[in-house]
Amino acid sequence: MSADWPILSTVIWLPILGGLLVLFSGEKAPGVARWLALAVAVLTFLLSLPLWTGFDTSTAVMQFQEKLPWIERFQVHYHLGVDGISMPLILLTTFITILVVIAGWKVIQYKPNQYMAAFLIMEGVMVGVFSALDAMLFYVFWEAMLIPMFIIIGIWGGPNRVYATIKFFLYTFLGSVLMLVALVYLYFKTGSMSILDFHAARLNLTEQILIFLAFLAAFAVKVPMWPVHTWLPDAHVEAPTGGSVILAAIMLKIGGYGFLRFSLPITPDASSHLDWLIIAMSLIAVVYIGFVALVQQDMKKLIAYSSIAHMGFVTLGFFIAFTIFARPDVETGVVLGLQGGMVQMVSHGFISAAMFLCVGVLYDRMHSRQIADYGGVVNTMPWFAAFMVFFAMANAGLPGTSGFVGEFMVILASFRADFWYAFLAATTLIIGAAYTLWMVKRVVFGAVANERVAALSDIDGREALVLGSLALAVLVLGIWPEPLVQVMDTSLTHLAQQIAVSKL
Amino acid sequence: MLFELSNLLPLAPEPFLLAASCAILVIDLFLSQENRFYTYGLSLLTLVATIALILASGGEKAVLLHGAFVRDAMGDLLKVALLSVAIFAFLYSRTYLKQRQLFRGEFYVLSMLALLGMMVMISAGGFLSLYLGLELLALSLYALVAFDRKSDRGAEAAMKYFVLGAIASGMLLYGISMIYGATGMLDFAGVAQSVASGETDRMVLLFGLVFVVIGIAFKFGAVPFHMWAPDVYHGAPVVVVAFLGSAPKIAAFAMAMRILVEGLGGLGLGWQGWEGMFAILAVLSLAVGNIVAIAQTNIKRMLAYSTISHVGFIMLGLLSGNGDGYSAAMFYAITYALTAVAGFGLLTILSRQGVEAENLHDLKGLNERSPWLAGMMLLVMFSMAGVPPLVGFFAKLFILDALVKAGMVWLAVVAVIFSVIGAFYYLRVVKLVYFDKPLTPVPVEGGLDARIAISVNGLALLWYGLFPASLLTACKLAIGA
Repeated sequence: MSADWPILSTVIWLPILGGLLVLFSGEKAPGVARWLALAVAVLTFLLSLPLWTGFDTSTAVMQFQEKLPWIERFQVHYHLGVDGISMPLILLTTFITILVVIAGWKVIQYKPNQYMAAFLIMEGVMVGVFSALDAMLFYVFWEAMLIPMFIIIGIWGGPNRVYATIKFFLYTFLGSVLMLVALVYLYFKTGSMSILDFHAARLNLTEQILIFLAFLAAFAVKVPMWPVHTWLPDAHVEAPTGGSVILAAIMLKIGGYGFLRFSLPITPDASSHLDWLIIAMSLIAVVYIGFVALVQQDMKKLIAYSSIAHMGFVTLGFFIAFTIFARPDVETGVVLGLQGGMVQMVSHGFISAAMFLCVGVLYDRMHSRQIADYGGVVNTMPWFAAFMVFFAMANAGLPGTSGFVGEFMVILASFRADFWYAFLAATTLIIGAAYTLWMVKRVVFGAVANERVAALSDIDGREALVLGSLALAVLVLGIWPEPLVQVMDTSLTHLAQQIAVSKL
Repeated sequence: MLFELSNLLPLAPEPFLLAASCAILVIDLFLSQENRFYTYGLSLLTLVATIALILASGGEKAVLLHGAFVRDAMGDLLKVALLSVAIFAFLYSRTYLKQRQLFRGEFYVLSMLALLGMMVMISAGGFLSLYLGLELLALSLYALVAFDRKSDRGAEAAMKYFVLGAIASGMLLYGISMIYGATGMLDFAGVAQSVASGETDRMVLLFGLVFVVIGIAFKFGAVPFHMWAPDVYHGAPVVVVAFLGSAPKIAAFAMAMRILVEGLGGLGLGWQGWEGMFAILAVLSLAVGNIVAIAQTNIKRMLAYSTISHVGFIMLGLLSGNGDGYSAAMFYAITYALTAVAGFGLLTILSRQGVEAENLHDLKGLNERSPWLAGMMLLVMFSMAGVPPLVGFFAKLFILDALVKAGMVWLAVVAVIFSVIGAFYYLRVVKLVYFDKPLTPVPVEGGLDARIAISVNGLALLWYGLFPASLLTACKLAIGA
């Protein structure tokens, strides 16, 4: 199905051009920059809705395709399209960006035009990553994403921002250039830059393993997986609230998306050979990083580590497929694992965004992220406390919230693969609850800790709007995940069939 | 008739440039300092007219003057690129030179003579014309480096450049003489024929090749023949560096193409021949350039080492051979020159009366002083680091593609790893510009001409990053791939 107007291009270029407009609106009129940014973000979100309403769930073929020659000598095309895997992530991006713009409304007083512009440009580029069907286009968007994020952390970040942002940039850059070499190699083998042609490429095992490792270098850093996760806590702690939100809610998802779009379908045999590696890294992330989160003193760091643990579920869900294939007695579960990973990605997008925004609300008032500085916030900020407790429950995977759905599906699928995988993964229900609720207990409940907490004022309408809309999303997805699962189903089933067939 | 005028039409741009330079030299003598603006204007006009002349007189490949002069598509494209880059360098120069009482006609005349030398190099059909162009370029550059007579550092740099340049020229001549001895030919077509016949003394030829490669490596500034570059960049006035750090790379590319590919391409030695030497030079340049640049505090020195690393990439393109590699290297050389001139141009604009913007900390907080120039610096740095959507990324991509096609994946991996190391010092500049507080709140001056030029130049980096197809196609056509 295709629309009569290029939806994807609009959703990519409207925020980028809008962002430039905001940039040129100048520093003297911060109000103009803010309202303009909000208008662009809302308009982009509205324009991205037809992707959902016009989506045909019965086919795994790419939809809303646009194809123009870009660098003909290189067979590079401006080729866009979405399937059930990328479409929900695009909507997530356009939705979260609105919240980020609203969240930065008052806090950002230093060059608000540059701040808003950076997030809008970021939005367009991230949608580009999700919708690119040409490897080079994908790579261009993928790298271009680094520039605004580098600036966002570096300008509006905390005291140690320069270290954090350079570390962030170099880590991701090193991973991605190796992917670039792999993409160039695939171009050399297939004579095409189309990702769909890469899917059909026949490669021997050595080639597959090398390509798989190159992709792993890029995606594992982005997800991030243990042991290349160390940039994330630094980046999160130093980033401004909006930066943390985008980083956790969307940029991490791009790593997971890369596994689905590149690693699994292009190198299925290598994935099958090396799935133990990914599963081990995922389980370490779930268990070990969970314990690391437990001892954090800094709220943002705690949530950052919790993100790594939650993303461990995503990669686990994606890669248990091969163990399930290897067991003749089990027939289903592959699609369930993939679906679980995807639901977990979307849900984590909402929950982590909400958690970082909650910390942001506190930070704006107290200018501290240390758990020890708080206590008894519920007495002065009852509404805020209600939201924070709700999101904490969702983060811990309480049934009825979206956090539960994804984790449950992945655990269920890993039971089909191996009892011990499922056992280790399920420990998150305990560890996750422990670190999240313990933090909430120390921050929100108890007696009022000091006079600064006593002087806190509750959230205003703007903050309530942001947190409320996220709470709604978490709740809807938790109670009724069916529409999301439905949208992804055909594409993920197709992917499961693709990876079941050896390319050797 | 040999000297019928229509036969000489393809030769028109070079004599025109020469005549115009001489005319400007004379006119300049009669101008008072207030009217010096006319020299500047006329020089720019000359460059534009030369470009127009090249475009108008282009056409079929022509070999003139008994094989000494070749007019072909590759030469035309390189010359247009060369002159365009020089126009930018000229536009950046006016305010800077004025503020330092250096606004004299000699700067423009010497630069134009250097350009003439480079054009002769690009069109050289044989060793003699190539050498002629090279020396014209080199002598003009020596003088330009010492252009600020009051600067001790400039004089020192010029001296070093002169001594080392003379040695390199000697090496090159020695190599040429050996090749001449082995083949009996001075024009590249003849050399190629003689090599192809297989009747030459390969030992002598190989010795000649080694010396010629040294000469080329010196012109490029490739490790281990790079020692002049940081000192010259450091010592010369920044307007001169804007010119010397950009345009000559295009000429050096042409020199390598003419001698090694057109002349000695048929040697067929592969890794035993110049390709192998280039591989060593390229890897060393990437390593030394990128790593040493990290330690620099002077931005001109940093950019000198950065140039060295970019030269490594150009050499990788050249050595991967076949049409793709050459066109990728050509794309790289042209876009690098464009990026470099923008980088040095920005430094020119940032230098104020009595204050040179040449240390890294001079860039601190540029975003506070001028968001637009900060944005341009951002574009330049990310382009040099090879981050899309800027043109530097595509330049690197095409080189990587050529390497993979030639079966040298390991060299591609080495190249990308060093470019990640290189990204660090470019990021550091962005960090200074955006994340630090300015040392001085003084707003940036800079003339209108320079400001417009930097905007066009910076946006060109973005434009060719978004739409690299046109330039790439032009390069491919020029190489004939």
